[in-house]
Amino acid sequence: MAQGAGTVATVPLSDDAPPSPPPRDEPRPVRRARTTWRQALRKDWRLYSFVVLPVLFFLAFKYVPMIGNVIAFRRFRPGSNPLGDEWVGFYYFEMFIHNQQFWQVFWNTAILGLLTLAICFPLPIVLALMLNELRSRRFKKIVQTISYLPHFMSIVIVAGLVLQLTAVSGTVNQVVEAFGGDAIAFMQQPDWFRTIYVSSEVWQTVGWGTILYLAALTTIDDQLYEASRIDGANRWQQTWHITLPGIRPTMMVLLILNIGSFMAVGFEKVLLLQNPLIYSTADVISTYLYRVGIQSAQFSYGTAIGLFEAIIGLVLVLSANYASRRMVGASLW
Amino acid sequence: MVTETSTPDLAAVRSEPTTIKDTPGYRAFRVANLVALLIVCAVTLYPFVNLVAKAFSSEGFISAGEVNLLPRGFNVETFEVVMADSMFWINYKNTVVYTVVGTFISMALTTPYAYALSRQHLKGRSFFIGIAVFTMFFSGGLIPNYILVADVLNMRNTLWAIVLPGAISVFNLLVMKSFFENFPTELEEAAAIDGLTTYGVFFRIVLPLSKAVLATMTLFYAVSLWNSWFSSFLYLDQKELFPVTVYLRNLIAAASSPTAAEGLDTIQVGANIQSVTMLLTVLPIVCFYPFIQRYFVSGVMLGSVKG
Repeated sequence: MAQGAGTVATVPLSDDAPPSPPPRDEPRPVRRARTTWRQALRKDWRLYSFVVLPVLFFLAFKYVPMIGNVIAFRRFRPGSNPLGDEWVGFYYFEMFIHNQQFWQVFWNTAILGLLTLAICFPLPIVLALMLNELRSRRFKKIVQTISYLPHFMSIVIVAGLVLQLTAVSGTVNQVVEAFGGDAIAFMQQPDWFRTIYVSSEVWQTVGWGTILYLAALTTIDDQLYEASRIDGANRWQQTWHITLPGIRPTMMVLLILNIGSFMAVGFEKVLLLQNPLIYSTADVISTYLYRVGIQSAQFSYGTAIGLFEAIIGLVLVLSANYASRRMVGASLW
Repeated sequence: MVTETSTPDLAAVRSEPTTIKDTPGYRAFRVANLVALLIVCAVTLYPFVNLVAKAFSSEGFISAGEVNLLPRGFNVETFEVVMADSMFWINYKNTVVYTVVGTFISMALTTPYAYALSRQHLKGRSFFIGIAVFTMFFSGGLIPNYILVADVLNMRNTLWAIVLPGAISVFNLLVMKSFFENFPTELEEAAAIDGLTTYGVFFRIVLPLSKAVLATMTLFYAVSLWNSWFSSFLYLDQKELFPVTVYLRNLIAAASSPTAAEGLDTIQVGANIQSVTMLLTVLPIVCFYPFIQRYFVSGVMLGSVKG
């Protein structure tokens, strides 16, 4: 993982991002000369006993499936060898690359991911800055408590609420009709899916997303504001020149995380919201892969698509991390 | 106490010098800001208010599109109908069982691992951290996981398929690890002189001093298990094993499938039934929410200490 990220000079998040409580540097005392494994095991066997089960967990449930990805290159028959029967090379990759439908879901994913990134990334910053201008502690607390609430809802509940609100008899249509429009069957028209999906993401994530920014805002030194006031800076200038630079490392780190996961658009939510009438916009790679891979039992074909998606995700997060270290000196590792 | 991790007070407001008067422009901004935040609150709460209103309304008013903030045709019969369905209660009980068992397993795996990873002198420490962190960026994917759990391990229609594959959340692991790193190694050494082994230190000293972080992590796991539906949907196909989220999902899918409703009015079949079921599902979360919220906030901030 590290070689893709260039130099080894890592900037630990704690040194850069203000949200951290007192920065803890990790002293690594060179206490004793290199111990051998035999000595380490004899001395710390109790500590090693703590890692046995978790390591087995990671091997069994995380690394074995990674190995299981070989069936993307092998023919798999249910009930036969779980790692596939014979090598077929890039057969399944060529199959989806030449499939029109795959490219449709690919672009749907990219568009939905970019829209979500473009809208759900900046809004928490705006909300945090708005909260930062409040002078009543109690009101601030109320707004925070309310805006965090949707984060705790199950995706099934969120999807249920979305379907109810956008139904023909739902609230959204009542508003449309109040303004003289005709009721729209939102969930049957492909044109509306992206708007609805992104709106529901905004509803669910923006409030919770302010937490790290608010934490970063508390670490900005009041003296900076005081000094700028003496220099005649107005509120806007204070925000632009002090507040925003103060939360920039947090912004960068969250941007990296968001970019890294943007192709993994909320699979579960899309699956719950979509229906065949709106597949032309609402079908994304992960839901397509679920349908062809599991429902139609084309395991190898589905695995090839999944592997392709996972590699894109890995490349995205590595490049975003590299770019951010180069440009602002903040990175994940 | 050595282990106290101070997290910033997020509700704190900026101290302003009282001697400086706001400019008219800024005063106008403050009013606009206040109004905007009130709108944010209203929009956030509206779906819940609407849900409650629908739960107490009669079906006729709902499908006529006349239920918004207040119930129309007030009745509690829908509640009686939903609560009379024994499957609902069986599934509700399943959710409780999955949540309790899953949280226990997750905590039992995460806590000792996080503690071991927090000990700087542990040989192989960076390897043990590395195998966990790598899974955050690359994973086996849906189908290899499915083959493993359903075919190889044969966990279909068992509790294990729900609670084991996601037992350790790497995020929670790192939060705990950075918390345990606050414990000085001297503590261990002093305890060793007093005759305590690593086990003694862990169970008698570290855990009792970590109640806050343990509570936080327990809640993180419990809420995500309570809310989860997809692994149950994937690995369970017997109705009496479903958690309530899958019960609800099937209810919604049945009501909103375009083929069932002849294309026109997607949500028509029992919108009031759906509302009641949704309400009963979120109720525990909403009731506990005011008390657990601060744990979540502090957990998120602890997590930001180390990526």
